[in-house]
Amino acid sequence: MCLKSKNIQTPDELLSLLKKMLRIRYFESAAKDSVLNGKIPGACHVYIGEEAVAVGVCNLLNKDDYVISTHRGHGHCLAKGADPKLLMAELFGRSDGYCQGRGGSMHIFIKELGVLGTNGIVGGGLPLALGAGMHAKLNKTGQVAVCFFGDGAANQGTFHESINLAAIQRLPVIFVCENNLYATATKMTEVTLTKQFADRAQAYGIPGKTLDGNNVISIGKEANEAVCRAREGKGPSFLECLTYRHLGHYVGENTDYRPKEEVEMWLQKDPIVMLKKYLVDNGLIKNEVISQLECEMKNQIDAAVVFASESPYPEISDVNRHVFVNEVI
Amino acid sequence: MRIMKYQQVIREGYASAMRADASTFIVGEGIGRRGGCFIETLGLYNEFGPERVLDMPISESAFVGMCAGAAACGSRAIANLMFLDFATVAMDQIVNQAAKFTYISAGQFRMPFTITAMYGLSSSSGAHHTQPLYPWFMYVPGVKVVMPATPYDVKGLLASAIMDDSLVMVLHHRELINLKGPVPEDDYFLELGKAEVIKEGSDVTIVAPGIMRYIALEAANQLASHKISAEVIDPRTLIPLDEQTILASVKKTGKLVVVDEGYSTCGFGAEIIAMVNDRMPVRTKIAMRRLHTLSVPTPYSPPLEKAIIPDSKKIINTVMEIM
Repeated sequence: MCLKSKNIQTPDELLSLLKKMLRIRYFESAAKDSVLNGKIPGACHVYIGEEAVAVGVCNLLNKDDYVISTHRGHGHCLAKGADPKLLMAELFGRSDGYCQGRGGSMHIFIKELGVLGTNGIVGGGLPLALGAGMHAKLNKTGQVAVCFFGDGAANQGTFHESINLAAIQRLPVIFVCENNLYATATKMTEVTLTKQFADRAQAYGIPGKTLDGNNVISIGKEANEAVCRAREGKGPSFLECLTYRHLGHYVGENTDYRPKEEVEMWLQKDPIVMLKKYLVDNGLIKNEVISQLECEMKNQIDAAVVFASESPYPEISDVNRHVFVNEVI
Repeated sequence: MRIMKYQQVIREGYASAMRADASTFIVGEGIGRRGGCFIETLGLYNEFGPERVLDMPISESAFVGMCAGAAACGSRAIANLMFLDFATVAMDQIVNQAAKFTYISAGQFRMPFTITAMYGLSSSSGAHHTQPLYPWFMYVPGVKVVMPATPYDVKGLLASAIMDDSLVMVLHHRELINLKGPVPEDDYFLELGKAEVIKEGSDVTIVAPGIMRYIALEAANQLASHKISAEVIDPRTLIPLDEQTILASVKKTGKLVVVDEGYSTCGFGAEIIAMVNDRMPVRTKIAMRRLHTLSVPTPYSPPLEKAIIPDSKKIINTVMEIM
């Protein structure tokens, strides 16, 4: 059922959005610490500062809707409903992880939540999202697919191919560009003359908008229209969400390539700070409730780290399973 | 038994699979009303409609990835790539995405996705429409590589490939598509990973996939007049590979020649010879040779094109070297 004007203004719903954003913030903070103390063995790209996008969009999805994610994908998984324990265990390379330690940060798949992978290839997920949309359309399931990607992917060929193909096939796909202004270490203005990526949507004949990617409420409102459009069989939409990662491209990166003033300016627009301020200023939620929530989420993530640390490594004897379905090589 | 053309059998195989499962669809360029570059999809559009027989923009990355995504979600997908050379522009989706989905998700997702394409040096098709690139895909964990060479085999192997829950590439040599042969009307499946001994012999084993089985057979018949008895094996599927049939033959003959239209470096011949070497007892002496297409981009001019491909004379000379 698609609600044209889904109301996310009630205090309970707003609190739920804050809770999800806090969960991601603490999770990513713990992931960062776990990289630095050596508990996470591989590369890790954290989502701190961009939480409003994943939460604003995924809040509108059903459990069986699809999400196609990126190398910076923990937030998308959590926003779609992932259990922080199983997610953290995957980052730790443990047997209780969602992929039993075979995937890691950039290859997280959660079938029961429709998560078709975080992805190590920038732009690699866009064609896969068409497939999720194609499956829904062909089998008339009513599902939609949300495809997250960044400004870097917007300059990959797959971006153009995929939006064009989704448009002509009227696939139920929502393309969500998380424009954090830097493709790894390269500023957007150095690699394209395009002012807004949403303009490119127009080129392929689909609706496209550029949004404040740090405002979870307005993201939800616009994304709701896009989700409705997709569910009603009217085809894909494009949302460009302007946001910023507070930390480096990967944990431990030197971020001198970004001017201090720019970082400061975006820290002022922290999506969680903004939402808290909105809630308190409008008398919707008291500070104590927020403090309790922060405490609850922090404890949940602490427990996830303990869980992941205690989870055993996968059995080495199992390493040759699943190259092909139901076969041992 | 009916006599059918190879290309008609492909068409029948697609239709049969699509009738059996309503979530099966096929995509490609010009496969709808036109019926495919080699009329191998003719009639599908009329029978199954544009929802399941989809003409694609020339965007191989997007449509190969679309098939992979749909397959992961539970549909059964077929992508007709026209020429294997065009796989190069979809390599991320084949190698990084589709091939790895099942393994890195720890078996959560299946990948019932078949890629079909033509390959083969012929008809002055030049450097961009002929390349024997299949050994690349043998190298990638998670890809099955199938190379039918008879109308009978294509029906059974294509049916098995489409019904397989893993990524399978079914590659047709374009010189074979007009080949006629007996094909049963009833559906049947040929197990992937079963070679065929097409001629028994006792002096030398010749392993020859795809169109090379015919060239090897021609050479074997000529060798018979030199009192050399050659056994010819068509592996039919390169991954999975029927090692046992090849090993049993080599144990019997003690000599091996691999004849392949691909290039030699890191190629099919290298793999077969290394496999035999690895599996045989340490002190076994086996004379082994490989015969490949010369490692040059496919030249256009007919005499040049012909000159670089293994032929029966080259096969006979190679066999003579090790007798």
